[in-house]
Amino acid sequence: MTSLQFYGLLPFIVLAIASVVVILLIAFKQSHTLIQVTGFGMMCLVIFSMWYVRDRLPVDVPPLFVVDGFAAVFTGLIVFCVLVVGLLSFIYFEEREENPKEYYILLFLSTLGAATLTISRHFISFFLGLEILSVSLYALIAYLRTRNNAVEAGMKYLVLAALSSAFLLFGMALIYMETGTMDFATIARTISTSYSPLFITGMGMMVVAIGFKLALVPFHLWAADVYQGAPSPVTSFIATVSKIGVFAVLLRFAQAVQLQKYPSALYIFAGLAIVSMIIGNVLALQQQNIKRLLAYSSIAHFGYLLVAFLPGNAAGVQAAIFYLSAYSITLLAAFGCITMLSTKEKDAESPDFYRGLFWQNPILAAVLTVVMLSLAGIPLTGGFMGKFMVLTSGVQQQLWFPVIVLVVTSVLGLYYYLRIISLLFAEAPAAGLREKNLHPFFNFVTYTALVVLALLLLGIGILPGLLIDGIRQFL
Amino acid sequence: MILGIMISILLVGGLLCWLTAKWNIQLTKWIALLAVLIDFALISNIWSQHPTTTSTGSNAWFINFQANWIPSFGITFHLALDGLSTILLLLTFFLGILAVLCSWNEIKERIGFYYFNLLWTLAGISGVFVALDLFLFYFFWEVMLIPMFFLIGIWGDSNRRYAAYKFFIFTQAGGLLMLIAILALYFIHGAQTGTYSYDYLSLLNTKLTPSAAGWIMSGFLIAFVIKLPMVPFHNWLPDAHSEAPTAGSLILAGLLLKTGAYGIIRFVLPLFPDASAGIAWWAILFGVIGIVYGAMMAFSQTDIKRLIAYTSVSHMGFVLVGIFAFTEMAMQGVVMQIITHGISTGALFVMAGMLKERLHTRDIGRMGGLWTSMPRMGGVALLFTMASLGLPVLGNFIAEFLILMGTFLVNVPLTVIATLGLVFSALYSLRLMQKVFLGPVAVQQAVRDLSVREIVIMSVLTISIVLLGLYPQPVIDMAKTMVNDVVRR
Repeated sequence: MTSLQFYGLLPFIVLAIASVVVILLIAFKQSHTLIQVTGFGMMCLVIFSMWYVRDRLPVDVPPLFVVDGFAAVFTGLIVFCVLVVGLLSFIYFEEREENPKEYYILLFLSTLGAATLTISRHFISFFLGLEILSVSLYALIAYLRTRNNAVEAGMKYLVLAALSSAFLLFGMALIYMETGTMDFATIARTISTSYSPLFITGMGMMVVAIGFKLALVPFHLWAADVYQGAPSPVTSFIATVSKIGVFAVLLRFAQAVQLQKYPSALYIFAGLAIVSMIIGNVLALQQQNIKRLLAYSSIAHFGYLLVAFLPGNAAGVQAAIFYLSAYSITLLAAFGCITMLSTKEKDAESPDFYRGLFWQNPILAAVLTVVMLSLAGIPLTGGFMGKFMVLTSGVQQQLWFPVIVLVVTSVLGLYYYLRIISLLFAEAPAAGLREKNLHPFFNFVTYTALVVLALLLLGIGILPGLLIDGIRQFL
Repeated sequence: MILGIMISILLVGGLLCWLTAKWNIQLTKWIALLAVLIDFALISNIWSQHPTTTSTGSNAWFINFQANWIPSFGITFHLALDGLSTILLLLTFFLGILAVLCSWNEIKERIGFYYFNLLWTLAGISGVFVALDLFLFYFFWEVMLIPMFFLIGIWGDSNRRYAAYKFFIFTQAGGLLMLIAILALYFIHGAQTGTYSYDYLSLLNTKLTPSAAGWIMSGFLIAFVIKLPMVPFHNWLPDAHSEAPTAGSLILAGLLLKTGAYGIIRFVLPLFPDASAGIAWWAILFGVIGIVYGAMMAFSQTDIKRLIAYTSVSHMGFVLVGIFAFTEMAMQGVVMQIITHGISTGALFVMAGMLKERLHTRDIGRMGGLWTSMPRMGGVALLFTMASLGLPVLGNFIAEFLILMGTFLVNVPLTVIATLGLVFSALYSLRLMQKVFLGPVAVQQAVRDLSVREIVIMSVLTISIVLLGLYPQPVIDMAKTMVNDVVRR
């Protein structure tokens, strides 16, 4: 490894060290606060090291990795999400008196997995990253093992994720058999001359696995249960980090082999997008439990995202990244509010927690309102700009059918987002909010973080140029 | 820049209202009133500087302000003011003042948030009337919806939740279709000229194939006719109008419906002249259906606010007919109708609100003989029902007369049917008057007549509707350039 390659991989090495540091810390001093602060510091170090190496990009680390601007954007997004998830975890686990120390090891490990996905250019690194991510997630989901829901969710995820990994491996094997290589670029070169049914079959298998990770219909069956059963911070992690990672590798693979050139692949992804948008929104319509509702809404949102994936051009990629950023911020803020409202026994899932919240806790309610408006794609919020860019890239390629479905299902989706908003502003006061026995400093920090997230959403909704230019610089 | 300032006065005023409500509720109300008053003064000042518009083409804009917003997509912050916009802004702030005044005592809870929503809705509406960048236009189009949703959903009547959803989902569905149409236009224009821009003035030069024009136009048109509303899409209107608080109904009827008409005049006709000429006959037909259907539905209502809501459907039918007649006279009538309908229907809704405040019902079956206890209100009500049925001397007469005259040149049979609509309007107006103010006394308890504040509101409305009926020339002068431009295309 040359020193240049070392620098390129530095952020990921720091990320790996973070989990080791946490393990060592546990051995010496079991303090939640200390671990939290150290973890925060390590994540900042990752961002700092990324900043430090950004001028040396792109760095090729054959055969497994390539660290380029594309990877930097996605890793930055992932680490940003983990920062927030870590913050939420403190409030959440501190109150539950579980032993949350190992939690952070798992959290950082799965982050490492997701980050690995963003830089992988080879099936091996792809699979390794995905497995690091998934295996840590099994434990994270079932972390509150005394809760029935959590164990059920963990089992469900374990079984289905193992199955999807098997599909992925089989698909990779088929493609390897056909092309004799596992390197994305070499695969692209090989299939451009010979394009066989075997390759399509392999691709189809891989689509199953990717669809599972992104919770696209018809591979979405785990989403609602896992979202509901997992601890709220972990749910936000699944909803953002794990999906960002998988989407990043999907984008890179598609770019490398120019997937969108093949009509069959295009039809498959367009079909997935369309059914995800429709089923996700329809299932969410009658959903009362807010965590399940967000699960179904995330299915729909990844359907929207796939519309930006279909064109396979630079505008589409930019739209997708913008959409993912806005969506991640939105969901982090949403789960932040859920975490803040959760009581020791129960997560704040039922609508009762939210009835008349605006008159009790205007800050959280205002943040949630912004979140819901953003999910619904109403102007002034980042969600609207994201949807706008996705629509732009769709209309540019004249993908009329997906675009029309996107619009119609967005209108459908409005109904349940508005339902939550009107719940927040309903007159009946929320049944006695829990007492504030939290760490005052972290309580304050979390509130601040939520407000900052909401302002950020409004910021990129009003002045999206800043984020777009930022993304363009990296790509 | 003055346009940006006008909008931001409302936005900032709204925020201030929200913040001050914790400490001093009186202050909140005065801030709200002051914000709309300042804007009203500003736009009146602009009108007095540009009394008539004689120039044509690009000089027709009194004020033209453009700044970069999202340069990478060619989105600019482009606000401009011409005769039509001036008239509509004046109407917006005029009704805005009345909306603040008529909520003065009606709203008793969450006052700060209420005025916040009220002012932000007004800001969105005024933005719609001056935005010349299509993206910005869409932006404002949506911005006016959310506060309106809250106004209906929080301060509305018993069935408010349902009405608010319905309102929002209907208009949002139209809005998103319009967004796709805007995007399609953007790319077609970009492919032709190489510069990608949402700017109205450059998009005007886009050359479209007939089929593309037809599709894109229908995207725009659906959004606008839902707002207008045209008959098959009018479903949201009676619910939203009847459940909204008084100021909400006033703004809905007086201003929100007008954004639909404005959109058709400003965007659909100039951007797609051939395509819109192609559907003119159908549009007039649907307008006529709206006139007759709205009048008949109004006649059969027992809820006073629903009744007034259906009269809006009927009156907006005239607007649709007038727009698609493509004659100067009809178009002038449309502009007049936009203003006079805003004033007269607004006044009726304000009165319905006052009745509701006193009697706690909207059922006209439980009213009757109110003239004895409320002679002042009875008098004003008589005036405005007469305005609504198109009595000469009052503004609505001028408007409907011009529209029918202008349309007669184009389509005789449909105009005849539309004229019959006026007969129906006499039916429902007189029935309203008869049931509420005349007949046997149905309400036993003492009902107080208009207070000073209410007299001020009603007399301002009365003066303006009579003035418009006697001397409409300033409005006609103001709109002349725009009307000529649109008709000539």
